[in-house]
Amino acid sequence: MALLEIRSLGKSFRGLRAVADASLEVPEGGLVALIGPNGAGKTTIFNMAAGVYAPDEGQILFSGRRIDGLRPDQICAAGIGRTFQIVKPFAGLSVLDNVIVGALRRAPSVPRARELALGILGRLDLAAKKDLPASSLTLPDRKRLEVARALATGPRLLLLDEVMAGLRPTECDQMVEVFRELNRGGLTILLIEHVMRAVMALARQVVVLHHGEIIARGAPAEVVRDPAVLECYLGEDAAI
Amino acid sequence: MAVDLVVNVALAGVLTGLVYGLMALGLSVIFGVVRVVNFAHGEMMTVAMYTAVGLFTAFKLDPFLSVIPVAAAFFVLGYLLQTGLINPFITRPEHSQFMLLVAIAIIVVNGLLMAFGPDARNVQVDYQLESWAAGPILFDKARVYAAGVAILASGALFAFFRYTRTGKAIRACADNYLGAKVVGLDVKHYYALTFGLGSACVAVAGCMLILLVDVTPSLGPSYTLLAFVIVIVGGLGSMGGALLGGVLIGLSEAMAGLFIQPSAKSMFSFALLILVLLFRPQGLMGRRP
Amino acid sequence: MSAQRRAAALLALLAAALLALPLVANAYLLSVATLILFFAFSGQAWNVMMGFAGQLSLGHSLYVGLGAYAAAGLFFHFGIGPWAGIWLAIAVCVAAGAAIGFLAFRFGISGVYFALLTIAFAEFTRIGFDHIGWLGGPGGLFIKVEQRQAADLLNLRGPPVMFYYVMLALAAGAFALCAWLLRSRAGYYWQAIRENEEAAQALGINTFRWKMLAVVISAAMTSFSGVFFAFYYNNLFPETIFHISRSIEIILGPIIGGIGTLFGPILGAAVLTILADSITDLLAAVGLEFPGVKQVFYGVVLLLVVMFLPHGIWPALARRLGLDRKS
Repeated sequence: MALLEIRSLGKSFRGLRAVADASLEVPEGGLVALIGPNGAGKTTIFNMAAGVYAPDEGQILFSGRRIDGLRPDQICAAGIGRTFQIVKPFAGLSVLDNVIVGALRRAPSVPRARELALGILGRLDLAAKKDLPASSLTLPDRKRLEVARALATGPRLLLLDEVMAGLRPTECDQMVEVFRELNRGGLTILLIEHVMRAVMALARQVVVLHHGEIIARGAPAEVVRDPAVLECYLGEDAAI
Repeated sequence: MAVDLVVNVALAGVLTGLVYGLMALGLSVIFGVVRVVNFAHGEMMTVAMYTAVGLFTAFKLDPFLSVIPVAAAFFVLGYLLQTGLINPFITRPEHSQFMLLVAIAIIVVNGLLMAFGPDARNVQVDYQLESWAAGPILFDKARVYAAGVAILASGALFAFFRYTRTGKAIRACADNYLGAKVVGLDVKHYYALTFGLGSACVAVAGCMLILLVDVTPSLGPSYTLLAFVIVIVGGLGSMGGALLGGVLIGLSEAMAGLFIQPSAKSMFSFALLILVLLFRPQGLMGRRP
Repeated sequence: MSAQRRAAALLALLAAALLALPLVANAYLLSVATLILFFAFSGQAWNVMMGFAGQLSLGHSLYVGLGAYAAAGLFFHFGIGPWAGIWLAIAVCVAAGAAIGFLAFRFGISGVYFALLTIAFAEFTRIGFDHIGWLGGPGGLFIKVEQRQAADLLNLRGPPVMFYYVMLALAAGAFALCAWLLRSRAGYYWQAIRENEEAAQALGINTFRWKMLAVVISAAMTSFSGVFFAFYYNNLFPETIFHISRSIEIILGPIIGGIGTLFGPILGAAVLTILADSITDLLAAVGLEFPGVKQVFYGVVLLLVVMFLPHGIWPALARRLGLDRKS
């Protein structure tokens, strides 16, 4: 049984079909990347898994239990953490306080949450900045904070939404290392990514979405050579 | 209750409601474009009313004539207010903007209190007591004239936004701030222009309302709330909605005054506001906020 | 001396000064001090909703009025003292707050629309109470004023000194409660909701429930203001107690002092009341007595603070005094 199962998911927005009959599985301990051109429906699938909207058709199962239609906070309680494409730090709070908010999900008290938060900040190399206001962080650090906060809730599955966007290659590599380590520690990761450098380095399985439908899936090396994929990214001529 | 009494009260309510509608139109335009919650709207109206009183007392100027200079003056004032004070607040959090205008409102209301005292003032012209009769139905001349001006002013504003280049530019700024800037529109100027226009609307409405109602400094907050009720009921961003809302509120207040109790009039409006906020926040004619 | 120590020392100094005040103050000063504490308390209560949870309420006069009428009504008609009356006051305010919160949050109303909703409820109630004859209607409800030298704490009948200490206790209590709340799970969750509700949800926070809690606590605390008001002034008029000016007076302190901080409401209330009274006295001495001067002054201070000190006076002051951790 896969940790996350998406079965025949469908969603339309005012007549526009965003996602059609999408099915995918993320095994426990897996590292799956969801790629595709802009507007393919990737974030819509994410948002349905994260509880932002309910699907029109299909089901989402987490650990065998249906989670489609639940509220975002219930999804988090079930064990799924997520980051946002446009980072949403608690700007007026310190870095540490940001993560404490996340840690309170599984810590019974504030002091205990504080301990947990400090530990996570250490793992993400943000410990030195713990008392700075979140608004003063650089973009790469904000992304780390976003991940740290989501991690603090103790998820089994982490949904990463274009977390590499705007990062320089070295920063991107650093993040890749962080995720690799977290995954080795047992965290399942499903990510949306445009930055191929990260996808190729990180993912063990790639799923390609185009116009709301899944057109390819497999190991990164295979998918990148798949004619259907090349066509959707580069146009008809490239498929030859 | 006699039918003709009900009809007459209803008619008076509708006509007054058109003037309210014009006031609300000013607010709708400001909020719809500049996205600033003008909490000082009613206070501006009160100032306009006092100005009309002042001009009448000093120069015997009929409000219908003082409409032009007062509207012009308010246009300029609105423009300056937006450019000078409010513009830096566009990017600030909502409650900051709100508080800025609350502060202005407090200063204005109490400034008026200091200048004019708490007693009611009004304007006395002959035609206020005259009316046309169509059988048992009475059309108060002053009310009809005032409503007429309100319709004219609203129509002019509507035409401005529909057909002139500047009007279209303003609508562009309202629809898409960033896009408007990208195509080179001077958004700051258009915002100020809009605030000026909204203020002018309020000025006209004020000059008209002074013919129908006495003015006291404490009228400000009530009219601010009334304007908001109308705009929300009628629908944000819809000019027709503002007028429709005005008429509805004018009518319902008149009817509530007649059937329940005069003092309960506003209760009805507030109940309506609560219901609309909960169940149809886009109002009768507005777009979903 | 570390920032913590300095803060504690200043706090102790303030507490001592406040406790000793009646010994040195004349009647007028005492009444001003009582008023400051009243606004400090009410502002603190409002701050829970706005400063902590980020929900702008401009209709807090509703809770002051409901609390006042609940306790005053019981005393007037049944002779039930304020210590029992407070329970009804709290119950009524909690119900009202819960109703407003439920309606607003269930229907996704926030920001400006929420503020307008709170105003609408307060205004609706104001006009409504004008028609409740049993509670005095527009003519007002009057509680018998008995000049007693001895303080009857049970019925809150007594000399001004008694009221001063009652208000001091309330203000101190509110301060302690808010300090505790701020450091608790509630404090963290509320601030998260205030900063970014969507992100808060993604971290497992049931924002509806926590927002409701903030509203209800704020309403319950404000009911105390109402009860105090009723027994201190001994008269209640719907027109004044539910009026939007009351709501604005309540929020001036926290906004000028600093939303979301613990000392903000107190500092703001003090600055505002002291300066306002000084200005009115000054003008009166020169022969300029106008109704509305004090309010114009409030407006100007509010304007200046909003324009130049958007976070209020306290954060800037705290930095100067070396009370925040970064200095």
